[in-house]
Formats: sequence, C-alpha cells, structure tokens
Amino acid sequence: MKNCEYQQIDPRTLPTPTPTPTPTPHHGPDGDRPEEPRGRPRRKWHVFPGKNRFYCDGRIMVARQSGVLPLTLGLILVTSGLFFIFDCPFLVKHLTSCIPVIGGFLFVFVVITLLQTSFTDPGILPRATPDEASDIEKQIDNTGNTSYRPPPRTKEVVINQQVVKLKYCFTCKMFRPPRTSHCSLCDNCVERFDHHCPWVGNCVGKRNYRFFYTFIVSLSFLTAFIFGCVTTHLALRAQGGKGLVSLTRPLTAVELVICFFSVWSILGLSGFHTYLVASNLTTNEDIKGSWSGKSGEDVTNPYSQRNIFVNCCSVLCGPMPPSLIDRRGFLPADESVQTAAADIELPTLATKSEINVCTQGTKGLLESATLPPLLSTSCPQGKPPTDPTGNFDPSPEISTSCGGARHTHHSRGRASTPRHSKTRSKKSKRAALQIANPSFDVPVSPTSPDAGPSSTARGHEGASFSHLH
Amino acid sequence: MAETHSLQDMRQQAAVAAKVFLQRDYTNGTVCQFQTKFPSELETRIEKQQFEETLRMLNNLYAEAEKLGSQSYIEGCLACLTAYTVFLCMETHYEKVLKKVAKYIQEQNDKIYAPRGLLLTDPIERGLRVIEVTIFEDRSLTR
Repeated sequence: MKNCEYQQIDPRTLPTPTPTPTPTPHHGPDGDRPEEPRGRPRRKWHVFPGKNRFYCDGRIMVARQSGVLPLTLGLILVTSGLFFIFDCPFLVKHLTSCIPVIGGFLFVFVVITLLQTSFTDPGILPRATPDEASDIEKQIDNTGNTSYRPPPRTKEVVINQQVVKLKYCFTCKMFRPPRTSHCSLCDNCVERFDHHCPWVGNCVGKRNYRFFYTFIVSLSFLTAFIFGCVTTHLALRAQGGKGLVSLTRPLTAVELVICFFSVWSILGLSGFHTYLVASNLTTNEDIKGSWSGKSGEDVTNPYSQRNIFVNCCSVLCGPMPPSLIDRRGFLPADESVQTAAADIELPTLATKSEINVCTQGTKGLLESATLPPLLSTSCPQGKPPTDPTGNFDPSPEISTSCGGARHTHHSRGRASTPRHSKTRSKKSKRAALQIANPSFDVPVSPTSPDAGPSSTARGHEGASFSHLH
Repeated sequence: MAETHSLQDMRQQAAVAAKVFLQRDYTNGTVCQFQTKFPSELETRIEKQQFEETLRMLNNLYAEAEKLGSQSYIEGCLACLTAYTVFLCMETHYEKVLKKVAKYIQEQNDKIYAPRGLLLTDPIERGLRVIEVTIFEDRSLTR
C-alpha cells in the first residue's frame, strides 16, 4: 500500500532455501498466480500465505472456495429479472411507474454491496515476520511457569475493566488481538471476525461488516418489495376477471415462492445483525456467549459504548480501516525468492496434517444422512504448529480441539450430500440458532439463511483437501 | 564519519544487532495504541524521554485516525448512501492520517534515530501489530 523506504535487512533469521522456482501447491486452477520469470519483481499477493484468490492483479480478493456466491448472485439476478420483465409492465400500467424505479434502485444497491462484501479484504492480519515470531516465542518461554507442558499460549489483558484472554495463533505466529479469530476456511486471522459467510464467499470482518449489513438490509427490502409487487400483480389479475391463462403466471409463481421463503430468513438475519450492531457484538462472540455471563461471572461487553445509537454509529459509520495486507506492493527482489521457497514448506506440512484429519470427511460425503451443521472446518486450525524453532509442541488446548474436530468432521461430512434436495425453504431460524462448539475458535455462519449449503460448502472443502493430496 | 547518516549508508555498512518489538496496548479496547514502556535494550542508545515522545506522538496520530467524530460519521453516512462506491475514488480519513504517520516516522528516523544507529519501522508494514525498532551494530558510527 505504501512504498516503504525502510526495507528491513534481515538475512540472519530467514532460512536460506535453495532458490528453486517451483510453483506453490496452491497454484490450482486459477491462473492468477503465474510463474513469473525470476527477474521481474512480483507483487505481494503472489506469495500471500492464506487461502485466498486474487484477481485483477491483486485488486480483487475472494476466499478460495467461492461457496455459494454464484448461487446468491444467480438467485438475485433471476428473481429481479423476472420481476422487471413480467411484473413491471403490468404494474406500471395499472399502478404507478415508480415501481421499476424503486426496484431498480434496490437491485443495484443489493448487487453492489454484495460484490463489495465478497471482494473486499475483511480485515486480514498479515502473519508475523520470523523476527516477531521468535521474539514472542522468547517471551513465552521466559514466563514459563505452568504445571503442565507446554505452557498455555494465552495472554490476559484488561480492557475497560474486563479481563480478556488473547489466544496465540499457531498459524500466524502471534497473539491474536482482541476480537480477532482465525478462519480455517481462508487460513487467515481476521480482525473483528464475525463469521465466514458462504453466501458471499468471504469472511465478514472489521472491514466489510458494514457492506455485509447494508447488503442484507437492502436485500430484505428488495425481497419484500418484489414479494409485495408480485402479490399485488396476481391479486389484480385475479380481480380483473381476465382469467389466469397468461404465460407469465408460472414464472410469477416462481418469483412468489422464492421471495416468500427469502423474506422470512433474510428479515430474520437482518434483525439478528441489527441486534448485534446495536450491542456492538460479533456473531462469533454471540455464539460463544463471551459476554453473556453464562458462567456466572459478572461479565459485560467491554467494547460496547452502552448506547445503542453510539454503537450503531461506531460499527457502521466509523472510520474505514485500511487493508493491512499490502496486496499490490512489490516484493523486494531478494525476498521474492526466499518467500517463494518458504511458501512451499508451509503448505506441505499443513496439507499432510489435513490428510490425517479430513479423509473421514470424504467418506462421509458419500453417505446421505442429514445432520444439523455442527462446525466449520476447524481441523486445519488444529494442525501442529510449524514454528521456526522446529518444536512440534501443540498445546493441550489445540490437541483436544483437533481430536474433537475429527469426530465432528466425520459426522458433518454426511450432511453435505443432499445439497440438491435442499431448497431455500429448508432454512430456518432453528438452524440459525444452532450453536457451534464453543471450544473452537472458528465459528460457523449459523445465521446464514440456509444451513444446508453452508455445511455443504464446508463438506466440499473437506473433499477438496483430500483431493489435493 | 558524517554526523548525519543516510539510511542507505547505514544499511550498507552496519549489521543488525537486535530488534525490539513494541506491542499493542489493548487497555482501551481495539483502538490502535502502542505500549509506551521503554525497552531496556534501547537504554544505551537513546534517551527515554525522546523515545516516549515519539511513541506518544504516534499514539496520538492513530487516535486521530480512529476518532469517532462528526467527520467520520458524515463520511460513513455519505458512503452508505452511495453504496460505498465513494471508497473507490476517495481517500479515507484513516489513509490520510497513515500518510502523516509515515512522514512523521521518516522524519524521526532521519533526524533522531538514524544518527543513533536505530531504525523505526512504520507499524503499517507489520499490520499495525508492532513497532519494530532495529538496532544496528555500533562499529561504523562515531558518537
């Protein structure tokens, strides 16, 4: 983002790998990371360690799995298209010509905010540099106290008279700032992590939460508007006594069905997120009950300003934070070689552990039982840390979560097959309120309208892991 | 031998002796603030007061960037009404302040830290997580 003059000279701590211009394992079907000839300076997005895809030379980024974003876009386009083609002419003739204007405005608003939510950096924290990581390791080792080994990797801070535990992220090699969570689907730590939304194909975090909120609110207006217009159209036709033989009727009925089921779920989701905004909570915190005082302690949300209006303003109208990952900056020539080789190291180790944990998911995909969604894939998070000192010492906290993940991933895999049989009608607020296992850091998106596709996306992700190896 | 050392000279001549990382201070929430505790490694290189003054100034700049005031609300509301497309053409308030921070750090490095064999890294290069202070070996400096 900024052209930094102060390039750190730092040959000691970085490993000196053999400069082989091998492409990274992430170089999959997307041709957006071409093998640059070594002489040309590469941009930083080429060596970005998370599971994201970049387009337009780093200007646009999405999660590796697009989830059901094409479906979301398709549904919105098809429904709106049918509305404009078949309902608007009738309604303009019989009611008012404002209807297509309002509809058009809402449609454009919805599509723009959807694309912004999907393509914006949600607030990804860049991983710690090797120097930083070894400095933190030194500090952890120095405090060394505990009765069991290894020492728990948490740090306590006091925020507005509330004790908050900061967890150490083994992937990103740093203590996560408050409200930050590691998304295993994208393999990034995201600030003010809300959830990973498969409908938009991206995480929702600090930087794109306002886009997401605007998207769901405007989408609820759009679906309610279309639903109202379609109902009026059908009512007027029936009243007119002309009979219902028109060809447009089946298509109008399709719109009606889609809108009817969407309205409830989207309205519910908007209402839920309005509550979150007003109390300055994230979906992640709400699910885990971080500030609800369930454990009997006197805990309050330390980030809330105790005033609904101020909370709303600070979440939605606060200053827009910058992207912390410099996607389009150029790599210094010496670093591009080192990071390329280092990149090869990490994914190999990561994928190996994923084989152990996620092969169950592939078998599970072949079964057809439907189970409620449990968790997103937290397996990769539970992988043993690949820290530079070579210690392979996961904390007990992480190893239990990995063990737990094995079981749940297996059972979850079964939920993913009947995707095609699930329609949008199957979503319910019941599914939305299913609570993920609170011991995991990575939340699902239980508030997303359809629990089915979201677990499908995760189940497919399990399959894709095993396909990679 | 020169009194003022350009950063290029320092890079070419001096080797990195150590790096000190100043972590974030979360006592006021998630706003960007850095701990002002003076690290012991820098005791021989720079005066405590000078260093703390630099840090205080940086913290003030970041507080200004994240301030919830009428300007940020107007910017936010305007952006919402235009479906946030203004962010594509306009530089946000935060980005403007970050430019100020970069300029301030460069100035401090040139005037104060480079002559003492130190180098401050702009926190934005480290994801606003730490302020990295590089301590160079003392052999090429004449003080």
